[in-house]
Amino acid sequence: MNLEVILFGVMFVMALGCSIAMLFAPNAVHVALFLVGTQIALALAFLLQGAFFVAAIQIIVYAGAIMVLFLFVIMLLGIDLKESLVEPLTGQRGLALVLGAVLAIGLLFVAIQGASLAAGGADGTAALTELNQDPGNVQAIARALFSRYLLPFEVTSILLVVAIVGVMVLARRLSAVETDSRERAAMNEEAA
Amino acid sequence: MIGNIIDWIGAPVIVAAVKVVVVFLVLLVVTMLVIWFERRVLAFMQSRLGPNRHGPFGLAQTLADGIKLFFKEDFRPKNADRWAYALAPVAAMVPSFLAFAVIPIGDHVTIGDRRVDFILSDLNIGLLYFLAMGSLGVYGIVLAGWASGSKYPLLGGIRSTAQLISYEIALGLSLVPIVLVAGSLSTQDIVAAQAGSIGDVTVFDGIPVLEQVSSIFRFVPNWYIWSQWPAFLIFLIAGIAETNRAPFDLPEAETELVAGFHTEYSGIRFAMFFLGEYIHVVAISAMAVTLFFGGWHGPQFGIPWIMPLVWFTLKVLFFVYLFVWVRATLPRLRYDRLMWLGWKRLIPAALVWIMVTAVVNTEGISQSVRLGVFGLLFLAVLVWMGRGDPRLALIVPTKQRGREVPSGTS
Repeated sequence: MNLEVILFGVMFVMALGCSIAMLFAPNAVHVALFLVGTQIALALAFLLQGAFFVAAIQIIVYAGAIMVLFLFVIMLLGIDLKESLVEPLTGQRGLALVLGAVLAIGLLFVAIQGASLAAGGADGTAALTELNQDPGNVQAIARALFSRYLLPFEVTSILLVVAIVGVMVLARRLSAVETDSRERAAMNEEAA
Repeated sequence: MIGNIIDWIGAPVIVAAVKVVVVFLVLLVVTMLVIWFERRVLAFMQSRLGPNRHGPFGLAQTLADGIKLFFKEDFRPKNADRWAYALAPVAAMVPSFLAFAVIPIGDHVTIGDRRVDFILSDLNIGLLYFLAMGSLGVYGIVLAGWASGSKYPLLGGIRSTAQLISYEIALGLSLVPIVLVAGSLSTQDIVAAQAGSIGDVTVFDGIPVLEQVSSIFRFVPNWYIWSQWPAFLIFLIAGIAETNRAPFDLPEAETELVAGFHTEYSGIRFAMFFLGEYIHVVAISAMAVTLFFGGWHGPQFGIPWIMPLVWFTLKVLFFVYLFVWVRATLPRLRYDRLMWLGWKRLIPAALVWIMVTAVVNTEGISQSVRLGVFGLLFLAVLVWMGRGDPRLALIVPTKQRGREVPSGTS
């Protein structure tokens, strides 16, 4: 019985408990809070794997920024009563079932492969530990991101920039001149 | 028997546990003293006396207040969300305490054959951990605002969410130049990089006049503040905003929002918010000292491990004083000015400074000199940006505006 096992137990119970509670909580804010709990538990899981950088980013980005924005929107829109049970997308449930099954099979495959690798004596943790010692977790990630995985990294960043620009175009307030010219164009269309 | 137990748990775990308890207790006492200090200094600045009745110099006043709060009735508004209302004070307090885990408060001491550092945990992602705890601290305020089931707390909560998220970005970006210069996210490495004095630079060795000139500066410590002062300014402003203190105390603006997010809290729950805020102030001060003012470095004499602690405490005390001073001096910002400062000034300034630091540090020589030059350039850019803002013209009325006022009305 060492500390890591205890921590793993705490993480496991927290992640699973929060996820299940999230599904059954009727209040939108409570759902968001349970999701935060799940994110923190996942960060703990990364920490146990020695992935310090990913753990910190998990908390800063997901628990600290994205979920706060979720709460912000929920508070601002006042969806704090029971959420509506009308499904706007038809066939949502069937699709969710199929996709969930695909995900479950994928996860199972990864787990089985990991177990067989470990049984075969391939020690992935030793390599990981070595990488984390020299040159260190952050440096190792930086090296991988900016050399081997440079293209996916840059493509992802372009995707994010495109999303940001799109939001700005959609959400910006029109200036008086622009509103005026658009109204005139609409009137011309009506007249024609 | 005891030896067996120690072996079973493991000595590092015991050392860590003792450190946690010590840091926790010290922080509680420090909070008490800081609250007393703030009230006394504020009173002094406003020509009052401040609390001076309980204990010597009124030192026990906070203790008395704490006992009073502890025994006060703990009520909950009718519309409050039960669980979130109870969770909010804890969520506000715990991250502030946790942030202290990565702050090196002194050198190390050797007990037996074991080296014990005066830091809870030297994480290799220390700065990121600090930021993560800061970003978790938002939840306390957001939840308190929402869960109280009352409109003033809700307004305060929404305001603070926008404020904290905006200034978190500036705070995070202001740490990047330090990481670039030190080459590490570990706070202990950053403190170690600030050892020695700026007179020790070997760049000027062999050059007749400059060598003597540089040796004059041997008494000046090699702190990052000299080369990284723009980052420090951004860090300080964003840090004050992160702690929700004047002039950034919009979430609890008492003239508009009663007491903002903690309007509906009383007793021990209110005390927890208070505790969290003051610990956060001390944490930001300690981080400023660690990153920009050489951490625990200082002149060494006497017992080798005590002086670092003293230096660190004095430096942190200066920043706590600065916090109080700022509170006593500056009026609260208007909300749109707050957003303007955060998004249009601090974040672009931080991004520019990151690029400047990155460019300058590609070659290792005479960093301080070049950073100083670039700092002046940066200041010029800042002034230029400030002058270009049309809303500044609205605040400082021009002569033309003065003429528009009818002359007969007074």
